[in-house]
Amino acid sequence: MAEAVLRVFRGDSEKGETKDYKVPVEEGMVVLDALLYIQANYDGDLAVRWNCKAAKCGSCSTEINGIPKLSCKTRMDSLPRDEPITVYPIKAFPVIKDLVTDVKWNYQKQKEIPPFTPPEDEEMIMYQDDVERSQEFRKCIECFLCQNVCHILRDNNAKDSFFGPRYLIKIAELDMHPLDTVDRSELLRKEAGVGFCNITKCCTEVCPENIHITDNAIIPLKERVVDKYFDPINWILSKLKED
Amino acid sequence: MKMDKYETHEHDVIVIGAGGAGLRAAIEASAQGATVGLVCKSLLGKAHTVMAEGGIAAAMANVAPEDNWETHFKDTMYGGKMLNNWRMAEIHAKESPDRIRELERWGALFDRTKEGKINQRAFGGHTWKRLCHVGDRTGLELIRTLQDKGIHSGIDVYMECIITDLLKDGDKVVGAFGYWRDTGKFVLFKGKAIILATGGIGKIYQVTSNSWEYTGDGHALAYRAGAELIDMEFIQFHPTGMVWPPSVIGILVTEAVRGEGGILTNSKGERFMEKYDPERMELSTRDVVARAIYTEVKEGRGTPHGGAYLDISHRGAEHIIKKLPSMYHQFMEFADIDITKGPMEVGPTTHYVMGGVRVNAETGESTVGGLFAAGEVSGGMHGANRLGGNSLSDLLVFGRRAGLGAAEYANQIDSNTLNINNQQIAEHEKEILAPFSNSNGKNPYTVHQKLQVIMQNYFGVFRIEDKLKQGLKELEALINDSKVLSIEGSRIFNPGWNLSIDLNSLFIVSEAAARCALQREESRGAHSRVDYPESDNKKWNTVNSVISQDGDSMKLVFSPLPEMPDEIKSLFSEDQ
Repeated sequence: MAEAVLRVFRGDSEKGETKDYKVPVEEGMVVLDALLYIQANYDGDLAVRWNCKAAKCGSCSTEINGIPKLSCKTRMDSLPRDEPITVYPIKAFPVIKDLVTDVKWNYQKQKEIPPFTPPEDEEMIMYQDDVERSQEFRKCIECFLCQNVCHILRDNNAKDSFFGPRYLIKIAELDMHPLDTVDRSELLRKEAGVGFCNITKCCTEVCPENIHITDNAIIPLKERVVDKYFDPINWILSKLKED
Repeated sequence: MKMDKYETHEHDVIVIGAGGAGLRAAIEASAQGATVGLVCKSLLGKAHTVMAEGGIAAAMANVAPEDNWETHFKDTMYGGKMLNNWRMAEIHAKESPDRIRELERWGALFDRTKEGKINQRAFGGHTWKRLCHVGDRTGLELIRTLQDKGIHSGIDVYMECIITDLLKDGDKVVGAFGYWRDTGKFVLFKGKAIILATGGIGKIYQVTSNSWEYTGDGHALAYRAGAELIDMEFIQFHPTGMVWPPSVIGILVTEAVRGEGGILTNSKGERFMEKYDPERMELSTRDVVARAIYTEVKEGRGTPHGGAYLDISHRGAEHIIKKLPSMYHQFMEFADIDITKGPMEVGPTTHYVMGGVRVNAETGESTVGGLFAAGEVSGGMHGANRLGGNSLSDLLVFGRRAGLGAAEYANQIDSNTLNINNQQIAEHEKEILAPFSNSNGKNPYTVHQKLQVIMQNYFGVFRIEDKLKQGLKELEALINDSKVLSIEGSRIFNPGWNLSIDLNSLFIVSEAAARCALQREESRGAHSRVDYPESDNKKWNTVNSVISQDGDSMKLVFSPLPEMPDEIKSLFSEDQ
């Protein structure tokens, strides 16, 4: 049987090193299979986060040969076998152990977004064409790969001033819901920091659900904020109103 | 006895498990004014509910105006071969539409009809088009909606925390003890009422659609706390799991493929469902279709990788990619197969356990005071075989009811009367830490693999006395041989340690399933005995198998089904 070598990060937030493991490769095998093989046969304490193993839950995000991916969806036969396959934890979040990182920050951000609020007592009549925009964003499996590659979070660690792509599409999803009644533009401009995004589209590239994060969510959100706060006519009108 | 320090959190209601049932229960208990702690093994939103694909059943009558709760009720009872707790099936059929409308007001976006209502699709065993859906990712929609609602409902969520024992004071539960995965440190959740919403037991088998979490924790916690488990012989083998490549064997292929018109054929090109259920064909119930595929393969008419062909390509690429997007991607990415152009290969995979904690139909309370259960971990609702789509609605209907029941119960309890037994905690700590210091114990991963081989070989789609006895013997021997386990590493995020604890639960549910399967000498729903191929409607259609703990051994008795009142009975008389 063919073999591959996995070079896996072992350690915690303080220290760590890689360790090489030889793993037999069978047809159709994915990197998560190899990691589970390591657990069962070499190091039973190798920390890996996973659940569905079918690319539906978004638990197993890692960096494979330097590229952020779901390990359950990355086939071994898609990777060159002539050198070790490196597997690291996602970089934008602190390591707990081995391939598991502390992603709690994301859940805090989610809590800061006002939830969907429909009009009182209205029957929920909606048409397919109108729900499809939000449905695209509701495909999100919260793997946080977009958060991980966003340079505002990854390189600048600006977690106190930017919610990241995941929560921008969450806001977009709520805003584009045909029956939502909440205005979240102030949140978008201030706490969520939509202005920080400079549209490099790294998030869209890594999204395993192929959500058009930048084009369909972030750009429309940016336009909304610009219209509301920076459009000169609107600005004059709002000033007149205040007076 | 020396004890580890542990932190304590106190709430009126503790919910264990954050899938559909746990989240819905937590939301309801909180809405009733109870303080709620929600404890889950994984991150929030990753529970197995996300894997549900095809839809959620409710007689909304949006697509088929003829539909009503009576028909849904009868479909459920017929699907469950009349072994269901009739009252649960009745409540479920009546309340599902409201639970879905409520979900929509919380932000869920189902696919729509032309009139702007929630669209519904056909599914096995349902008389009318009844499954509300979002493409083939309905479970994700459900869990995300409940997650959003839950985090804004004042619930305290404890993620990546594993409950390993329930604590009792006299005959009622008073707390749940466990550990944090990230630190390995112990934690006590003190509560007046506890709701189990831990899901199923699929990981006792080799081939399963279930994730690592499905180790029967809730079943085992309840059993050890003195509760009863019913119907544990009824394990659903979903007819369509992937069979190739090896890495994805068992992964679910949604029934929606058949709901959307998918056709099953064997290697000779025969549409074999004609032989097994000519009336309903591919949309027969899961037990029938699973046996049909299994039989075709066994008799030499299987596909190259030991399954049947399932073809939806005649519906055209646009329709398939719109209505079954995740199936399209799943086969494209994992198996290099384009399902818009040709057939998939599919075969049975362990999917769901109908059996579970015996509960009061109205409140979800178990036979132990203060202990409630909802969703897959509870038993009775689905009888001998569950219909597709009835699980998601079960989670909402009975999650809500358990939340109500638990909040009401908690309201009557004075928290000062809850006594925590430190002796029990100390003994439990010692027991679960033992694998760190044992030398020459068994490797938990190896033990788990052996267990899965036994269950797969002897307790599968078809069962027969000799093999069931042999399987039970091997199972007992494995349990005996695995008393001493050894693991490596520290307590920090250690999956090996976790598995060593899970094995206790896996053993309990395996033994329960094995004993019940051996005792029930008939075929009914998902329980198919080669030696007793017919349903025995004199002896067995009136009893549930009931498992409970009796000292160190497992007790199995039978108890009569709850009696149906005349007005419910009369619903069936017109069909006969």
